[in-house]
Amino acid sequence: MTDVVVAVEHLSKRFEPVLAVDAVDFVVERGSTTALLGGNGAGKTTTLAMVLGLLLPSAGRITIFGQAMPQRRYRLLARMNFSSPYMDLPHRLTVRENLTVYAHLYGLSDYKARIQHLAQELDLEDLLHRIYGQLSSGQKTRVALAKALLNEPELLLLDEPTASLDPDTADYVRSYLESYQKSVGATVLLASHNMSEVERLCDNVIMLRAGRIVDQGTPLALLERYGRQNMEEVFIDIARERHIELALPQRKAAR
Amino acid sequence: MSVGLAIKFSLRRIMAMVLRHGYLLRRSWPRVLELMYWPTAQMILWGFITLFFINHSSWVAQAAGVLITAVLLWDVLFRGQLGVSVIFMEEMWSRNLGQLFISPLRPMELIAALFVMSMIRTVIGVGGAAVIAIALFHYSVFDLGLPLIAFFVNLIVMGWSIGLLVAGIVLRYGLGAESLAWIAIFALQPISGVYYPIKTLPMWLQDVAFFLPSSHVFEGMRAVLIEHVFRVDLLVNGLVLNVFYLAGGIIGFLLFFRSARIGGQLVHTGE
Repeated sequence: MTDVVVAVEHLSKRFEPVLAVDAVDFVVERGSTTALLGGNGAGKTTTLAMVLGLLLPSAGRITIFGQAMPQRRYRLLARMNFSSPYMDLPHRLTVRENLTVYAHLYGLSDYKARIQHLAQELDLEDLLHRIYGQLSSGQKTRVALAKALLNEPELLLLDEPTASLDPDTADYVRSYLESYQKSVGATVLLASHNMSEVERLCDNVIMLRAGRIVDQGTPLALLERYGRQNMEEVFIDIARERHIELALPQRKAAR
Repeated sequence: MSVGLAIKFSLRRIMAMVLRHGYLLRRSWPRVLELMYWPTAQMILWGFITLFFINHSSWVAQAAGVLITAVLLWDVLFRGQLGVSVIFMEEMWSRNLGQLFISPLRPMELIAALFVMSMIRTVIGVGGAAVIAIALFHYSVFDLGLPLIAFFVNLIVMGWSIGLLVAGIVLRYGLGAESLAWIAIFALQPISGVYYPIKTLPMWLQDVAFFLPSSHVFEGMRAVLIEHVFRVDLLVNGLVLNVFYLAGGIIGFLLFFRSARIGGQLVHTGE
């Protein structure tokens, strides 16, 4: 058996009357980076929220590190973390105060050294004394990433990790995520709209549309299957439902 | 780096949440001022009404501090409830609730932190007003002695219970329901007998009042101030009722919390 970190089986979530996630199955292997791709309303954030235990599934099963989520939620959450531009930190606290509070919540013993280390790595040293609410959105994204790395998570979930960042900083963050993953052997599950990011970081891509998985594979395999030059073209094919006519003949040919 | 993986009820996580709100309180003097403003304003108003009634009402003349004590004790209940509800809503206003619950923080740990912060805020707010009452009206609520502690405990626990229910409702139904935090407790004020004996109420409302811990506290307060008797029976009634109130508040909050995890309100906090 492969070393599976996240196993999702027949996962569904219904917000009456909408079926937001519809019988989704996938696995994320240890040390890999997997992307959930799809247009707005495809079910990416809902799926991530269920993996985090923030949202209870309507049906199906999630296993993380071999333990059931959400039943073993609190034990699992100490080994995971999450960053999203759609979740904030207290605006009136400084960056250092915010990171200190979360370091205590994750039970870090040498939290001051960890905060200092992350501040150096993510170029936050000059921001530590600043009020979080007064930062630019790009600075907030870096602080959110620092918060997500506080407990050195074995499983890191990211929702649009480089949203609001300028190209230079985005590139720096991607490089940092790559080196972090290699250094600690972390597993990453991310949702992104940035296709070049997905091509660069991800070993596996899960394409979602209207709550269902419509295709999955390595970025290279998807590019070949759709006969496209880049993931953006594949994304558009799937968003405009061209994947059915484009992919099926190639699948038949592949057989 | 070592990561504490303790998953039991964690004092450190509770104190982390207290620290989070301590940082907020420390930085914002208007918040501290606001805590004291309303209890002080109410106390001053009722203090002058007391001065007037001393010469015009034999009932008030028997115990000059009865109205000032009543208004301060009422604020223990109100501030206790508001402390829990508002501190919880701070997390919703700052869109921090999702972040908190993807950490190992348990709902019961959050509840414990809310109680600690509510206690701190209530002591600052009502304590400040009580000190000002000594300077303005030469009346010290602290002269009540040990009964004051009994009244304080009963009222703040009742406040916490109602505060938790309000927090749960706001979590489940969104910030559109936040005004409940400021008005919910006032539905109980007329039946609690804050400023008049419970026997003033119609008989059927007296029956309702029996089930409010606050009515036993304010009856007990008048017994101490007017009859100079500490009514243990009223204290016990209040404590027993509060066991049920607290259990109801916690269970209610946890049910709303579970409902929010089904409905997605922890992911999309808002109106």
